[in-house]
Amino acid sequence: MTQTFDIQLPKRFVDSPRVPEYSLGESSVGNKSVGGVVLTLGGQDKLARFERVILPHLDAAYNLARWLIRNEDDARDMVQEASLRAFKFFDGFHGGDARAWLLATVRNTCYTWLQQNRRSQATTVFDEEIHTVEEDAMNPSALALKSGDVRLLRESLEQLPDEFREVIVLRDLEEMSYKEIADVIDAPLGTVMSRLARARGKLKEILCARLKEKA
Amino acid sequence: MDCTHAQGLIDIYLDRELDPVRSLEVEEHLRGCARCAESQGERATLRRNLKNGSLYFTAPSDLQSQIRRSVRQAAKAEAPAHWFSPGWYKIAAPLAAAALVVLIVVPRFLGSSPDELLTQEVVASHIRSMMADHLADVPSTDQHTVKPWFNGKLNFSPPVSDLASAGFPLIGGRLDYLNNRPVAALIYRHEKHVINVFVWPAEQTSSSSTPIKTQQGYQVVRWSRAGMNFWAISDLESNQLAQFTDFLKSSTPAYPG
Repeated sequence: MTQTFDIQLPKRFVDSPRVPEYSLGESSVGNKSVGGVVLTLGGQDKLARFERVILPHLDAAYNLARWLIRNEDDARDMVQEASLRAFKFFDGFHGGDARAWLLATVRNTCYTWLQQNRRSQATTVFDEEIHTVEEDAMNPSALALKSGDVRLLRESLEQLPDEFREVIVLRDLEEMSYKEIADVIDAPLGTVMSRLARARGKLKEILCARLKEKA
Repeated sequence: MDCTHAQGLIDIYLDRELDPVRSLEVEEHLRGCARCAESQGERATLRRNLKNGSLYFTAPSDLQSQIRRSVRQAAKAEAPAHWFSPGWYKIAAPLAAAALVVLIVVPRFLGSSPDELLTQEVVASHIRSMMADHLADVPSTDQHTVKPWFNGKLNFSPPVSDLASAGFPLIGGRLDYLNNRPVAALIYRHEKHVINVFVWPAEQTSSSSTPIKTQQGYQVVRWSRAGMNFWAISDLESNQLAQFTDFLKSSTPAYPG
C-alpha cells in the first residue's frame, strides 16, 4: 500500500520572484569564474544585505530558541549557530519572509541539539490525539483570572511537548500567521491548524490540573 | 451553526484566519449562545495573557553584538583574495588542482553528452556513499524528520515519502553535490540493497521519464515530476527498481503545491 503525503513546497523560498533591490546580488556582480570555480568576491555586499534583512529578527530567533531549549546559555548558542548557518546559506534566500526563513533555521538547529542533548525534562508526551477538556471541569472565569498569573502560565507552557509549545510561541507570542508558521515548521496549513487546536487544548488541561492541585 | 461547530471555529476566528462569511456565522452564534460566548471570552483572555509580552524573551543585547561580530568574521573569511596578499597562497593550490583537472580529466569527457556525464556522476556518488561510512547525514526512517532536516541546507524542499509498507523503507537523507549544485539524496533499502534517490528542482515543470539504463552493473533511472528531477540508482534487478520508482512516483503529487 502506498501512502500519499502532502508535500507542498515552501514556494516562497524556492521560486518567489526576486525583490528588485536584491537583484544585483553577489552572484551577478561580485563573483569571478575561473575555470568553472566561482570565487566569491562579494562578502561585504552579502554582509550588508544580511545585516539589513536578517539581523532585525534576532529577538524572534532568541525567543523561539529560548522556549524550545528552555535555558538561557544553550539558547544563546543556538541563535549564534543558526545565525552563522543562515549567513552561510544566505545566497539561497531569494527574498520572501526573512523572519520565517531565519526561524526555520533556528528551529532546525534547536531540534538537532535537543536530539543530542535531550535530558529527562518534565514535558508531557507529544500525542496528536485530541484530549478534550470537559467544558465545565473548571469555572472559566477562575481559569481566565488565573491565566493572568504569569508564572503559572510560563510553567504550564514549558510543560507542553516541543511540537505543541512551538506553535503557541509562534502564533501567540510571535504573532505569526498560519501560513508563516507552516513555513517555519515545514508542514501543511491543515497540520498547523490541528496542532494549534491540540496545543491549546493541552495547555488548558495543564492549567486546570495545576489550579486543582493548588486548590 | 451548532455549538460543536462553533467551538471548533472560535480559535481560528480569534486568530483572524477565518473567512468573512464564516466569521459572521460565528459572531451570530456567539450572540445567541451564552455558553459559547463565555468560552470565547475565556480563550480571548488566555490569548491576551500569552501576548502581553511578559512571556516573550528578547535577545540579550550582548548576544546581538556577539552575533554581529561573528557574522562579520564569517564574511571576512569569504572576502576578496587579492594578488600577493598573504591569503593568496591558500587558494593557489586548489586553483592549480582545478587547472590539472581541466587539463587531464576534461578531455576524457569531451565526447560525452551532458546526460552521460550526469549518469557517471550519479554512479560515482552512489558508490562513494557506500564506500565511506557516510550513507546518511540524517539516519531516520521518519519522513517528517528527514524532510525538515534539509531546511537551511538547500534552497528547496525535496518531497520525502517512506515506502516501508511497500517493502522499501526510508533509511535517511544526505546532502550531495551533482550537476553543479547541492542536491538532496534520499536513501532507501530493499533487503540488502541500497537505493539512492537524488532530487533537485527541474527547469521545466512537465513530467517525463526515461527507461532504466545499466552502468557499471548499477541500474540508473531518472524522471521529472512536480517540478523536481529525480535520479534513482541501485544494484537491484531492473524490474524491482522499476517497481520502486512506480511507488515513489505515485506518492509524489504530479504538480508542485
